Amino acid sequence: MYVFTTTNNYIQILPDLWIGFLYTLLITIVGVLIGFVLGALFGLMRISKNKVIYGIATVYIEIVRGTPLLVQIFFIYYGLSDLTGINLDKLTASILAIAANAGAYIAEIVRGAIQSVEKGQMEAGRSLGLSSRQTMRYIIWPQALRRMIPPLGNQFIISLKDTSLFSAIAVTDIMYQGRQYASSTFAYFESYLMVGVFYLIITIPSMLILRQYERRFERE
Amino acid sequence: MIEVRDLHKSFGETEVLKGLSTTIEEKEVVCVIGPSGSGKSTFLRCLNMLEDITSGQVIIDGYDLTDSKTDINLVRSEVGMVFQHFNLFPHMTVLENIILAPQKVRGLTKGEAEKNALPLLGKVGLKDKAQAYPDSLSGGQKQRVAIARALAMNPKVMLFDEPTSALDPELVGEVLGVMKDLAQEGMTMVVVTHEMGFAKEVGDRVFFIDEGIFVEEGPPEQIFDNPQNERTQGFLSKVL
Ligand SMILES: Nc1ncnc2c1ncn2[C@@H]1O[C@H](COP(=O)(O)OP(=O)(O)O)[C@@H](O)[C@H]1O
Ligand SMILES: [Mg+2]
Repeated sequence: MYVFTTTNNYIQILPDLWIGFLYTLLITIVGVLIGFVLGALFGLMRISKNKVIYGIATVYIEIVRGTPLLVQIFFIYYGLSDLTGINLDKLTASILAIAANAGAYIAEIVRGAIQSVEKGQMEAGRSLGLSSRQTMRYIIWPQALRRMIPPLGNQFIISLKDTSLFSAIAVTDIMYQGRQYASSTFAYFESYLMVGVFYLIITIPSMLILRQYERRFERE
Repeated sequence: MIEVRDLHKSFGETEVLKGLSTTIEEKEVVCVIGPSGSGKSTFLRCLNMLEDITSGQVIIDGYDLTDSKTDINLVRSEVGMVFQHFNLFPHMTVLENIILAPQKVRGLTKGEAEKNALPLLGKVGLKDKAQAYPDSLSGGQKQRVAIARALAMNPKVMLFDEPTSALDPELVGEVLGVMKDLAQEGMTMVVVTHEMGFAKEVGDRVFFIDEGIFVEEGPPEQIFDNPQNERTQGFLSKVL
C-alpha cells in the first residue's frame, strides 16, 4: 500500500477531478440561478398579504429547510421517477435538487432584503402615482438586490459545498471523482486532499470577491 | 379643490382622526399645526390615500377617494407629497429621481421628461446637482430635490409633512424659500409644520388640530394673535 503514496497520484488524479470540477460548477451555477428565480418568486410570495400565497411559500420553505439535502436528492432522483415513471438523469436531478434547496434559502434572503428597504420608499413611489408593481420594480427591487448580493454569494458557496452530497447518486462531481480514484488506487490521503483543493479553487476566490463587494458596500 | 367630510381614521381600536371636515380652495395655502401625535400626518396621508380611510369622504378635484371606482394612482399623480425624511430614491441620481414618475406614470419619453426636469431643478436652485446621488446632498438640498420630484408631475395640490423638521436649523430657510415661491405661484398647498413664522407669513388659513379634531381654524392673524379656544392658546403659548 505504501507504494501508492507517491507524488504521482497528485498528478494522475487531475484529469478525473477536472471532469468533476466541471460537473460541480455546472450543477452549482445552473442550480443556484434557477434557485434565484425560485427564491425571488417565493420571497415575493412571503411578503404577500394574500394568506394562501403566503401559505404556499411558507410550506415550501419550511419543508426544504426542515429536511436534509440528501433526503431531497434521493426524493427527486429515486422518489419522483418512481412516482412519475420519468427517469431523470443524474445531472438534471442534481441541478433540480440544488435549485429547490437554494431556492428556499434564497427566498428568505429576498424577503429580508425587500423588507429592509425603508417603508418611506414605497410611500414616495406610490405618492407619485406609480402602481405598487412599478414601485416594486423601479424603486424597491433595485435597492433590495444590492443588499442581497452578499448573502447570495454566501448561498452560492454553501450550495457549491452541498453538491458534494450528490456523489451519493453517482453524479460525476468533484467528490465522486475523488472517491472513485481513491478506491481504485487506495491513495486516500492524496485523493481527498486534492478534492479539498478543487473545492477551495472555487470557494476562496468567491469569498475574496464577496468580501471586496461588502467593503465597497459599507463605504457607500 | 379638496373637500373633507366627516373623516374618521382608526388604527385598530384607536381612533386617531375623529371626524374632520373642511374645504380647501384652489390656490389656498393651508397650514396645519398641533401637538405631536395629534393626527397631523395621518390627516395629510388620508388626502392621498397613503392611509385607508375608515369612514367619511375625501374629494380631490372631483375625485372621491373613498369610491372604489376611483383610479387612486391617477389621483395620486395629481397630488404631490413631500415627506419629513425626503424619501429620495438613493439608487438614482437627482435627475433620475425626478424623471421616473413622469416616464412611468405619464408615459413621457426620457428626453421629454428631462426637458421638463431641468427648469424644475433651476427653480429649486440645484441645476448643477442633476447627476449627483442623494447621499452626496445636504438635507436642505435633498428636500428641494424631493419638491422638484413632486412638481415634475404637475400636481394640482402639494402636501407637505413637516418638510423642515429633519433639517439642521441653518438649512430650513432654503426649503421654506422654495415653498414660499410655490405658494406665490398659486399652488394649492397643505402644509403640516412647526414653522409658525412660515404659517403666519405664507398661510391663508391655519388649522389647529388636537386629538384628531380641528379645534380651531382661521386666518393666521386670528389663530396666532387672537386664538379663541383655550387648547389653541395653550399650544401656542408653548411653541411661540
Ligand atoms: N400606522 C400606525 N399604526 C398605529 N398607530 C399609528 C399609526 N400611525 C400613526 N399612529 C398613531 O396615530 C396618532 C397620530 O399620529 P400622527 O398622525 O403621526 O401624528 P402627528 O403627525 O400629529 O404627530 C399617534 O398616536 C400615532 O401613534
Ligand atoms: Mg407627523
